[in-house]
Amino acid sequence: MRKSVSYFAKTGLLTRNPAAIQLLGLCFLLAASASLKDALTLGVCAVLVLVCSNVTLSLLRGLIPDSARVPAYLITAAGFVTVAELAVSAWLPSAGRSLGIYLPLMAVNSLFLARADAFASENGPAASALDGVFMGLGYALVLVITAFVRELLGAGRIFGFSVFGRAFTGVPFFALPAGAFVCLGFVIAAFRFVKRKTEERK
Amino acid sequence: MSVSSLLLLCFSAVFAENLVFTRLLGVGPLITVSGKPKAALTVGALITAVMTLSSALAFAARRFVLEPLGAQFLQIIVYVVIIVLLSEGAGLLLSRFLPALYGIVSVYMPLVPANCAVLGASLLSVQFGHGFVQSVLFGFFGSLGFALALFVFCGVRERLELADPPRSFAGVPMYLVALGLIALAFCGFKGVDFGGGSLFPFTLS
Repeated sequence: MRKSVSYFAKTGLLTRNPAAIQLLGLCFLLAASASLKDALTLGVCAVLVLVCSNVTLSLLRGLIPDSARVPAYLITAAGFVTVAELAVSAWLPSAGRSLGIYLPLMAVNSLFLARADAFASENGPAASALDGVFMGLGYALVLVITAFVRELLGAGRIFGFSVFGRAFTGVPFFALPAGAFVCLGFVIAAFRFVKRKTEERK
Repeated sequence: MSVSSLLLLCFSAVFAENLVFTRLLGVGPLITVSGKPKAALTVGALITAVMTLSSALAFAARRFVLEPLGAQFLQIIVYVVIIVLLSEGAGLLLSRFLPALYGIVSVYMPLVPANCAVLGASLLSVQFGHGFVQSVLFGFFGSLGFALALFVFCGVRERLELADPPRSFAGVPMYLVALGLIALAFCGFKGVDFGGGSLFPFTLS
C-alpha cells in the first residue's frame, strides 16, 4: 500500500508524534531544551540524521540479522551523528561550541532506534526517507516548543531579545532542570489533548 | 585519596550532582521501566556495571588509540561501540547465569545502550579533563546516582497509581511533572558545602 505525503505529515507531526505520543528520545529532548537556538540546531540535525539512518537501514533491510539489530541501528546513527558534528563544527563553529556534549549525545537517541525498528526495516528507501522527514520534524517540533516555553518563562527572552520588558528577568524555576520536566509534561499533555480532539471530531 | 574525600565525592555525585536531576541525562529508562522495585533495581545494577566499565574503556580508548592517531572525531562511534558491546555482554551474562532475573528485564535491555547517561558520563569526563581514576569514579558514582533516581521514582510511581489526573495528563506527562518536583527537592543539596570534593568543575545552569 502506498501512503500519501499528507499521511506521513499527519502521523509524524501529530497523531504518532515520536516525542509526544510515542515518547521516544525524551532523555535527549529534556537535556537539549535549555536554549531555543541550540534546540533549533539540534532539531535540524535530528531530522537530517534520521533521514540518513532510515534510508541506510532501509537499503540494508534483510541483511542485518535479528540478534544484531540494536547494535547495528545504534552504530549507524552514531556514524551519521559524527558527520553532523563535523559539519556543525566546520560551518557553525560558535553553535558547535555552545552545543557541547549534546550533539554527540544524540547518537544514543531512541528516536533513531525505534524508527529503524518500526519502519525502515520493513519499508523501501523512499517511504523511509519520508518517514524520517516527518518523524524528525515532529520530534524537532516538541523540542523547539519546550525550549521556547523554557526560554520565554525562564529568562523572559526569545533568541536573546527580551519580551516582557526589562523588569521581568524570568522565573528561575523554568531554567532549572526541574522546569524542563514540568514544561515537557505540559507540552506532551497538550499534544495528547489536541490529538484526542481531532479524533473526536471525525 | 583519603576515605573522607571519597565519601564526600560519593555524596556529591549521588545527591548534589545527580546526573538525572541536575543534568537531565537518562530520563528514558526512568519513565519506561515499570514500577516494580525488582525490575528497577536490576536495570539500575546493569546500568551501573555498564557505565563504570564503559567509563574505563572509553578513557583507555581515547588516551591510547584515538589521541595517538589524532582521530578524536571518531570518538562518538568508538564510545557507542564500547557501550553496545558492554551491554550486549551484560545481557548475555545475565541470561546465562540468572535467567529468571533476565526474564523480568529483557524487554528493557535496549534501554541500557540507548541511554543518555551512559554516553553522557564518558563525554562529560572528556569535557572535564578527568584522569583515569576520576573517570572511573565519575562513571561509578554517577551511575549509582542514576540507580537511586530509578529506585526513588519507582516508589513515587506506586503512589501515582492512586491518583486520578485529567485524561491528557495520565501516565507520562504526570510522571514528568512528578520528576520535576523530585528534581526541585534535589536542588536542596546544592546548598551543601562538600569541601571541594566534587568531580564536577562547573555546573550546568
